[in-house]
This record gives sequence, structure tokens and C-alpha cells, in this order.
Amino acid sequence: MEGDEIMEDTKVKVNIDDKLYLNTYNVDTLSHLAIKDQKICENCKEKTCTFICPARVYECKDGYVTVGYEGCLECGACRIACSHDNIDWNFPRGGFGIQFRLA
Amino acid sequence: MAEKFDVIVVGAGVAGLSAAYVMAKEGLNVIVIEKGKYPGSKNVMGGVLYRHMMEEIIPEFWKEAPLERPIVEQNFWLLGKESVAKTGYKGMEWSKPPYNNFTVFRGKFDQWFSKKCVEAGALIVNETVVKECIVENNKVVGVRTDRPDGDIYADVVVLADGVNSLLGKSLGFHKEWRKDQVALAVMEELKLPSDKIEERFNLDKGMGATIEMFGDGTLGMVGTAFIYTNKEHISIGCGALLSQMSERNVKPYELLEYIKQHPVIKPLIAGSEASEYYAHLIPEGGYNSIPKLVGDGVLVIGDAAQFVNGIHREGSNLGMTSGRFAAETIIHAKKQGKFNEQTLSHYQELLKESYVMKDLKKYKNASTTMEENPQFFNHYIPAANKVMSEMFTVDGVSKREKQKLAIKHMAGGKSILSMGMDGFKIWRAMK
Repeated sequence: MEGDEIMEDTKVKVNIDDKLYLNTYNVDTLSHLAIKDQKICENCKEKTCTFICPARVYECKDGYVTVGYEGCLECGACRIACSHDNIDWNFPRGGFGIQFRLA
Repeated sequence: MAEKFDVIVVGAGVAGLSAAYVMAKEGLNVIVIEKGKYPGSKNVMGGVLYRHMMEEIIPEFWKEAPLERPIVEQNFWLLGKESVAKTGYKGMEWSKPPYNNFTVFRGKFDQWFSKKCVEAGALIVNETVVKECIVENNKVVGVRTDRPDGDIYADVVVLADGVNSLLGKSLGFHKEWRKDQVALAVMEELKLPSDKIEERFNLDKGMGATIEMFGDGTLGMVGTAFIYTNKEHISIGCGALLSQMSERNVKPYELLEYIKQHPVIKPLIAGSEASEYYAHLIPEGGYNSIPKLVGDGVLVIGDAAQFVNGIHREGSNLGMTSGRFAAETIIHAKKQGKFNEQTLSHYQELLKESYVMKDLKKYKNASTTMEENPQFFNHYIPAANKVMSEMFTVDGVSKREKQKLAIKHMAGGKSILSMGMDGFKIWRAMK
């Protein structure tokens, strides 16, 4: 099974914005996430961050990875999943970022 | 002159608040630093809080704390593509005091718990991120926050900064977690009227049920999908090892949507409306991943210490107990006036003698065994579904023949010996 794209035949499609709109954020003007070196992303085959992030913060456009930090759920998965340790990951400044009401 | 406290607790989750409460009650000067707007605003849990360990902090808390439902029924499902083999237990002894466990919303519960800490004498400071520990002569003496003039000093710093524990990492207590040491979980709260929830889950008014799902709920990856009932919400989610999700190009939100559309699950949540969407890492590395827990002037508790028993979906209770042990250790150290690693290592003794370390040690190889043997999730769970279907389908085939077919499904081309080996492997990992 390893390496198989197991979601492929499930035909599930999700508009992530519909999910993120449910949440409350206090968005900072500064990003708490950054790509350390875009050159590494250019040569990265897996681009794990673009699919593993539950908020789809990372998108690859022409080899350049953009960071939509505004929707970040602050889980930390991208930082650990990036095989190149190429994500500078911090918590948003105090009081900023996601504000869960329930859970 | 920067402020000096007896103890700084970093993080107002259940571990940090447990530690703070016990120490404040004992008269120590405690400050809790929380990055969120309020305690609970960054905290995510499947939703099951264990009564026994919480009562060791605040007796009869259930009389006043904001809780969702006491759990009277716990189910374990082996999920197939369009089927499920079920087992579980329902017991009315759990429907009355003192109860076994409850679903809770951490957004509400942690705020209540932090108020209790304030009543006990602790200071809670929200909207403040601790950027680093202040270390002098290899001893942690305080923390540097993101506030102007934000240095705070204390005899001991308790790291309850959660699964990511950037502070533990920066102290060299652990390296960055490997992808197989954490599970990535996503979850939604789905709004549904309370009487509908009770009808669908066959519950008396106000009572709750849990369902843990193995197999197709994570598309065969090591992990679980789950459904928990709250008062007027259903928590539905799934989590699997980050290593397997990465290897298999799984978008977590697509997996969640797949579960919501699963033919066995869909009727349970029909007509509900999503209220909130969450993601969280769960420290699933177990015993072998526990970081350094004690240093001069510093202790690590809760998720930051990888205290999660993934096999039994326990975590908040280990957090509370470790928080209480840290508090008792610091109270003891305060009497001696010594806060070095040797004095604080009493914490490790307490952990070792308790269910925390005993349980984590028991399952120390479970996660690895399951990751290395995908057949447990990919073969045996679908096979169990086939066997049940075979045995319950009345089609004129003789029962002896059915029995043979059942064994054939279970073996799935494996020899009896290799099936026996698999049985042995799982027994050894769980014993």
C-alpha cells in the first residue's frame, strides 16, 4: 500500500474555504509561518505541505510556495511533515490566530 | 526589576491548569501563561474527559463544571467499505454519580477550570506567547514572553506547552518529533437537536455515547475515526499517523469528508450542520518517545511529554495526573528550598509508580507494530466484515461450508502459520 494515493478512488471533493469559514480568527498583519528557502521548494518533489495541511495554507504556483497563514489551525503538521525542515513555524502573537469556541 | 514567582506554568490546558490549581491551593505563588485569548481557545480534544483523574484535582467537579454528556456507552467498530462489525459496552452504572467519563467542550471547560485556579490564588495571563526559557548557568530561571518587558522569573518553570512543545525542543529535551511520533487529527462539530441525538444513538435524556472506528475510517492507516455525542453537537473526526498520511498523499479534510459520507455513518449525522472545524496533532509516539522530563528548574507535563495512550484514546487524564505529580514535586522541593534536577526528579518516580508510565510501557511497541504490519488494518478488518456477512447471510449454504469460507476470508491466502504469527505479534504488542 505504501505510496499509493489511497484517496484517489474515493472521489471526495472538499472546498476548504467552506470549513474555514466556520471558524473564528483574529488575524494578525504578520505571518507566523514562513518558507525558509524557496529554492528548496522548487526542487521538492513531494510538496507534502500542499496536501497535508488541514487548512490548505500552502499552495504551489509555478514552483513557488505561497503561505496563506490566515486560515492556519496551528496544528504543526506542516513543520514535521516537511522532509526538508523548510518551514519556519511559530505560534501567532499572543491573542492572535485561531479562536476555538467549542471542541 | 522583573517579577519573580514561585512557579511559571506555560500553557493553560488541562495539564497546566491541574498543576497550577494544586500548587495555588498549597499557597504557592503561581502564574499561568496562555497564548490564546482565553484558556481553551487553542485547545482541541476528541472530547472525552475522565472523571477519576479530574476528581483527584477538584473533587465533585461534575456538580458545577460545564460538561456535555456522561458517557454510558462505548463502541468499537471495525469499519468496512460499506459495512461494519461492531462491539461495545453500555452500562447504566455510568449514568449516575460518580460517573466514568464525560464529553466536554474544551473551549468552555478550560475557562471554567482556569477560574477555579484563579479562585485558588493563581494568576492567569492570556494572550501571551512564551518565546523562550531564560537559562542561567544551565538552570531554567524564567521565561521570555512576547510582551514588552516580558521577562518573568520563577524557581521552577512547568512546560505544559502542548504537543508542539517548541520550548522543550529549544531546551534540547527532545528533537523535532518524527512523522511517526505524531498523529494528525481533524474534527468537526456538527449541530443537531438533543432529542435527535438521543433517538439516533439510543440514549436516555442527557446521556452520551462514543464510537471509535478502525479500518475504513482511516482508509487502513494506523489511527481511528471517532464519533462522540455532545448535548447539541456530534463530534466527528479522524486521525492517523502523520507518516502514513504524508506517504499516501492524504488530504486530511478529504478523509473527514469521506467518513461523513460513509454509508454506515451518514444516517447518524444526516441533517446536521457543521459549526466548527479543527485540526490537532496527537503525540502518539508513546513510551519510546518520552522526552527528557526534568532539568534544573524545569519540568515537562501533558502532551509536551508525549503522555497519550493512543490505544485507549486517553490523554487528558494523563495530562492531569502528570500536572498533579509535577505540583506535588514542586511543593516538596519548595519545602527543601532546592529546585535542581535531582530534587525535581521525584516527579519521575511518581510517574513510574502510576498508571501513566505503566500503561505507556505496556503499549510501547503497539504503534510501531501496527505501522510495520499493515495487514492488521488492511486485511483483518475487511476480513472480519466478510466473515460476519458470510455468517449472517442465509442463502442455503450449509453452516459447515460457511465456517470453511469464514476461515478462508480470515486467512486471505495466508497460511495458518502466518495467521498465527500475526496473532502472536499483536498479542506481544498489547500484552
